[in-house]
Amino acid sequence: MNETPRWASESFWKKTAIWVTAGSFLILIVLTFDTLSKTSAGSTRVPDYTVINQKIDYRFDEKLNKFMPIIGGEELLFDKKYTAEEAEQLVTLGKKTTQAKNCMNCHTLLGNGAYYAPDLTKAWLDQGWISRDMREDMMLKFLMDPENNARTFGSGRKMPNLNITEAEARGVIAFLKWMSSIDTNGFPHNFTSIESEEE
Amino acid sequence: MSSNESSAVLTNPSALWHKACTAVNRFKAWVALDGGNLSPGQTLAVKYFCVAVVLFFAQLLFGLLAALQFIFPGFLYEFLDFSVNRMVHINAMVVWMLYGFIGCIYWLLEDESGTEIVGLKWGNLAFLILTAAVALVVLVYILVQIGSGTDSSLWFINEGREYIEAPRWADIGIVAVMLVFAYNVVATFNKGKWSGIAGVLTLDLVALAGLYVAGMFYMTNITHEQYWWWWVIHLWVEATWEVLVGVIMAWSLMKLLGVRRKIVQTWLYIEVALMFGSGILGLGHHYFWIGTPEYWLTIGGFFSALEPIPLVAMVVHAVYDAGAHAFKNSNHPALAWIIAHAFGNFFGAGVWGFMHTLPQINLYTHGTQWSASHGHLAFFGAYATINIAFFYLAIQHWRGGVWMAGDSQNAWRWKWALGLLNAGVLGMTIALLIAGYEQSFIERAVEGSTWGGYFSAQNHPSFQNAMVWRLIWGLVTFAGLGLLIWDLLTIGKGETRKAQVIEPH
Repeated sequence: MNETPRWASESFWKKTAIWVTAGSFLILIVLTFDTLSKTSAGSTRVPDYTVINQKIDYRFDEKLNKFMPIIGGEELLFDKKYTAEEAEQLVTLGKKTTQAKNCMNCHTLLGNGAYYAPDLTKAWLDQGWISRDMREDMMLKFLMDPENNARTFGSGRKMPNLNITEAEARGVIAFLKWMSSIDTNGFPHNFTSIESEEE
Repeated sequence: MSSNESSAVLTNPSALWHKACTAVNRFKAWVALDGGNLSPGQTLAVKYFCVAVVLFFAQLLFGLLAALQFIFPGFLYEFLDFSVNRMVHINAMVVWMLYGFIGCIYWLLEDESGTEIVGLKWGNLAFLILTAAVALVVLVYILVQIGSGTDSSLWFINEGREYIEAPRWADIGIVAVMLVFAYNVVATFNKGKWSGIAGVLTLDLVALAGLYVAGMFYMTNITHEQYWWWWVIHLWVEATWEVLVGVIMAWSLMKLLGVRRKIVQTWLYIEVALMFGSGILGLGHHYFWIGTPEYWLTIGGFFSALEPIPLVAMVVHAVYDAGAHAFKNSNHPALAWIIAHAFGNFFGAGVWGFMHTLPQINLYTHGTQWSASHGHLAFFGAYATINIAFFYLAIQHWRGGVWMAGDSQNAWRWKWALGLLNAGVLGMTIALLIAGYEQSFIERAVEGSTWGGYFSAQNHPSFQNAMVWRLIWGLVTFAGLGLLIWDLLTIGKGETRKAQVIEPH
């Protein structure tokens, strides 16, 4: 009666803990290899950096029943067609700038970050830039001098001046354009892009 | 001080040094702690605890500044912006908890291994290096804040990745210090004796240090970057940290209540099996929307839904053991905080996490104040509480093993500190939850997450009111911390009765 049953014994749970941990970790490793290969830049889920030369939109897909990015024909950024190398360089400069300026501690990127300023996942497609013709110019001005081009939407919250150079601002815009083309499994939902607004 | 005196102090650095020394000596005389009560390992542990409390204070201070900016957006604009305050708020928290954990381990290491710490000199050196590095990183965060979009900014100023913003040089330093720590733990157990607790602790520390390396690379592909970033964040706080507190709790329950080793170790293995069994693949709930394949919706949803189970086990374990020993224990504040830990961990990490972990719901709650609500209750409930419990165990010993059970002097202080801190954090949690609900409906569901939708939700009275309530409860929390620090400095002072000895039974 006083004997501990096997299922409640220390050694049983020790073995279980080891097997469960090792098994879970092994599955994670396998999934990691699969995920990394399916999401490298140039895959169907995460487009190549040259996607900044193309038109990007984000629409509801009836068949898949979720919002999906749509990559269209040529739509140049800053009137320039970037080669694969140039595109990667520009997006890299933009990505490093977003890190060095600590964007993520006010904004969210892919929904991750802080909640003091809007999400940047689909910032390139936001209606806030009024029209496609005005977008690039407005973004440049805003990034380089956010104080005088403030977009507070009545909240009183202004982005501080982060001493972003023109080259860095162009990089950030390229990074945002590229990020908006990533297939994020339908997040954000119910989004109305600047493209659909203009129709 | 007269104006003459103050100008003399300002112009004469040695006078300033003298003043500072006098103040420190006066403080030491007032606190009246006898270092002779501590073993060498415990002396190192309390150094970690002292820095932890200072950082705890900084966490709340910068949290309050950030909370004020939600209500008064112009407050400290372009001086200490929200991004800086929020970063220091969370970094101070992460680092004080790590300091607390390291302190706890150094505290229990000699007792658990039955021998003295092998590389104590290295341990002390590592403490000094780590503390100097933390101070330097925080100074750069506050004074330099940002850099240009180059690698050198990421190496020397700010890596710009939420929670692990520390520049790369500091990352390398952190890993080096953790290796010294891990060496001390392994070598000490090896010299003394191994136990179930020792084994779990060692494997957990190896995983904890190894995972940090996953966050030390720059990547342009943001999907890959966030994939590895979550390895560090999630596998720390939802796996290895949880197991670490399981270890600390197991040892504490033996000391506090006299629970038998066989029982705590069996429970520890059960917790490890359940925690890693759910938590490792539960990582998938961060892979819903970052560009990763759709199978993560299923895997992440399923396994993260299981994550509360080990937390239920921990509540049962703590409460059952406390009840089985009729709550007879030698340190009432510590046991109270352990019970707060068991429930806080279950509600904060378990219930609040589960509420928005399924992808069908997370599509609307992701990136809103829901996460902030969950974060506040979870980090406090799971990690702040157990560290505070340990601070009380340490101070009791530091005072010479004095009585801290029923009928102690000034017991109102620890009780009120416990009440204010728990009420304050719970109040903030509820306020942020209301804000999160409102965002999910208005920003996400109705307005579809455009910038216009984001600000409609931010400007909504429900949200604005929630931010005011968050600040009020934040002030309550701050008051609780003030009282806690006062209590930790004075509890047991003048107490002559010895603590009762709790025998294992």
